[in-house]
Amino acid sequence: MDIAAEPAVHMSGIVKEFPGIRALDGAGLRLNPGEAHALLGENGAGKSTLIKVLTGVHRPDAGHISIAGNPTDIAGPLDAERNGIATVYQEVNLCPNLSVAENVLLGREPRGLLGIASRRMNRRAAELAAEMELDLDVTRALGEYPIAVQQLVSILRAIDLDARVLVLDEPTSSLDRGEVRMLFDLVERLRSRGVAILFVTHFLDQVYELCQRMTVLRNGHLVGEFTTAELGQRELIGHMLGEQAGELERLEESTHVDGPPQDTAPLLRARELGRSGAIEPYDLDVAQGQTVGLAGLLGSGRTEAARLLFGADRPETGTVEVDGRPVTPRTPRAAIAAGLAYCSEDRKAEGLVAGLSVADNLLLAMQAARGWMRPISAKARSELVEHYIAALRIRPAAPETPVGTLSGGNQQKVLLGRWLIMQPRLLILDEPTRGIDVGAKAEVQRLVALQSQEGTAVLFISSELEEVLRLSHTVVVLRDRRVVNTLDNTASLDVDRVLAEIAEGGPR
Amino acid sequence: MRAAQLRRLVWPLLVLAGLLVANLVATPGFFEVRIQGGRLYGSLIDILHFGAPLLLISLGMTLVIALRGIDLSVGAVVAVSGALACTIIASSADPGSVQTAAIAVAVALGASALLGLWNGFLVAVLQIQPIVATLILMVAGRGVAQLITGGQITTVNSEPYRQIAAGSLATVPVTVLLAAATVLLMWLLVRRTALGLLIEAIGGNAEAGRLAGIRATGLTVAAYTFCGLCAGLAGIIISANTGSADGNNAGLWIELDAILAVVIGGTLLTGGRFSIVGTVLGALIVQTLSTTVYTMGVPPESAQVFKALVVFLVCLLQSPRFRAQLVAPFRRGKTSHEPPAPSEPPPQDEESDVSPTGTSAGAPDRREVQR
Repeated sequence: MDIAAEPAVHMSGIVKEFPGIRALDGAGLRLNPGEAHALLGENGAGKSTLIKVLTGVHRPDAGHISIAGNPTDIAGPLDAERNGIATVYQEVNLCPNLSVAENVLLGREPRGLLGIASRRMNRRAAELAAEMELDLDVTRALGEYPIAVQQLVSILRAIDLDARVLVLDEPTSSLDRGEVRMLFDLVERLRSRGVAILFVTHFLDQVYELCQRMTVLRNGHLVGEFTTAELGQRELIGHMLGEQAGELERLEESTHVDGPPQDTAPLLRARELGRSGAIEPYDLDVAQGQTVGLAGLLGSGRTEAARLLFGADRPETGTVEVDGRPVTPRTPRAAIAAGLAYCSEDRKAEGLVAGLSVADNLLLAMQAARGWMRPISAKARSELVEHYIAALRIRPAAPETPVGTLSGGNQQKVLLGRWLIMQPRLLILDEPTRGIDVGAKAEVQRLVALQSQEGTAVLFISSELEEVLRLSHTVVVLRDRRVVNTLDNTASLDVDRVLAEIAEGGPR
Repeated sequence: MRAAQLRRLVWPLLVLAGLLVANLVATPGFFEVRIQGGRLYGSLIDILHFGAPLLLISLGMTLVIALRGIDLSVGAVVAVSGALACTIIASSADPGSVQTAAIAVAVALGASALLGLWNGFLVAVLQIQPIVATLILMVAGRGVAQLITGGQITTVNSEPYRQIAAGSLATVPVTVLLAAATVLLMWLLVRRTALGLLIEAIGGNAEAGRLAGIRATGLTVAAYTFCGLCAGLAGIIISANTGSADGNNAGLWIELDAILAVVIGGTLLTGGRFSIVGTVLGALIVQTLSTTVYTMGVPPESAQVFKALVVFLVCLLQSPRFRAQLVAPFRRGKTSHEPPAPSEPPPQDEESDVSPTGTSAGAPDRREVQR
């Protein structure tokens, strides 16, 4: 009996067609027990579809799947669970109103004479949590915990299922560094018990941190299998993008900024702006054509600071001046009138209206500013929409497509376009490149650099420090809901220095 | 988009056509229209005439539902409006005059708009859930109507008031003209301005709309006010039709028919995109169904069951999953080498393939729009 020789999962020649699209065309995957394996590719490469075939959401049109050496036909999600395949999705799909224990054991609750034996259930869940060294009160409602913990709970659920294969679909995109650490520790512990981990992510650094091997897909094809030890990040991106890789490098070079612009009067001046529980009162100056980056961990108050400026949340203290004129933004509407624009980090919940078309979404802010009595004429509408679809390279270039059907990167571009149409004086971008593929990311960065060159002030928020450093003239560092330092982006400033500031800079 | 919008109307249109043809088969003279005393008569005219109040209410309900709300109080507003108008006429010194009728109508409409405003205030300003907020008036409104009429059925003897229901202009019944004018007015107001877009944006994603700078409060209050006004007009037509105001039974359960009409017309209960033409078709379907029950001689005790069956069928036809099942065998037969028609949407969005397909009964197929 040679267990090690049998892969935990072997998929080969998988074909899956949707009307008009061949999503998978000979894709495959070999997953060994006890390894962490990354599944990589651009948006649209077929990662999600392949995972859905593995987890039984989609039935493949052709191809072979074997689990632990046995050819298997996965009939549905339940069947996948029965075959020992558990999945943790990016958006937690548990019930926030139920307790942690109920979520962990949902569908498999221990039963007593009078229905569910809740004491036994709580004990079992607490044991699992302790085993994984998680400090949880399993009787509390899941919704009371942050997203990171909720994700860990869904992994606990997988452990209780005695899963042999754990699929992690973009689990880290809403976690901060500490939380990612927690998740990775848990994954390591599972791996050491022989569980095969399949990890899908946009964060290549995390791939190299966690995984031993990786599979790259492009346009539904299998590009190849590599080990993280022998393939560097540059080459990996080359495999993911194919021939587009050279262009990316070029874009990256052209978008680099060198230093702060010449001294100009500040366009925006915020003083003592704050709101309890969100962010301590802070000062901020942004000049015309200047890009200010906000650096800090998730939860450090980056988003909260931006929301106060835009009036998305009401400031409790402080003042804001634009061009020396006081405008204390109480509503987004007032901020927009003052020339501000804000791309939310959560483009699905706070940015786009999924059911409306690309054109309607692009023009929404402009139409709102004009008021309902003055509709944008059909001519102006089609001109504006065509111009911005072309300028932002939105694909598909179909103005009347519902925006919800676009890929993440293209959705982000539509949201960005909505605010570029307004020709704002200050553009606030909260994580504009999160969850989008490498090519789209470079394009968004290029657009931000272009805006700044044209004289728009930009407030740029991102978890990726390289990106912040590449685009910003000035970096504002936040920690624990307070601004701790402001650094000029000179040649001596690098990621390590900013990390040090995030970790221990400024007043404690 | 135009093609996609038209496609969404295909099923309601087919259902309506099917119902009419079924009627024609059962009653050969069903399509006959004749002029009698300067007014059109016939089964088709009856559908339009008796369907006018439902259509009016459905129009108002469309905007409210597009804003992810619901208005359960429209039936009660119908009762209040009718009660007010009839009581004013009955207690006036000159009940037969045009002036009295005009005052009665104006007061009734004004009061209905105020009731709608109240709903809007509860929903938009006090942020009470729409179903609860309008439930208040649904219950209270009937009580108010009872108080106005003193618990009696108030009958009026005003020829001008009766003419609202019985009269005609160039042979077309006034009721039909009123409904048609409201449809046109609403279409101009909503689609020729940016009102429709802003409503769809707020209904589709309220937070996104707020951050884009839309003033949702005003829009929401306006929509509920419009809904109240429509219900008020419907109440006047209903009471003019019988020449009486019945606080207990006027417009009873009409809110449910209106919601049904909106949903059959393809507007999702989850808010967002709405279709005025769809609602018109929906209201006509519901009304035709009521007429069919009579013309086909369905016994009154099974009439409701019959109606429910047809509605169930309509909802089935609108379910994307059911339709895929329905056409699958034919498709397979035609192109035997192709893989079977999948029932999943194409994976356009890599990060979250949780497609926001509507789950309500009348969900139009978003996938159609994608292609």
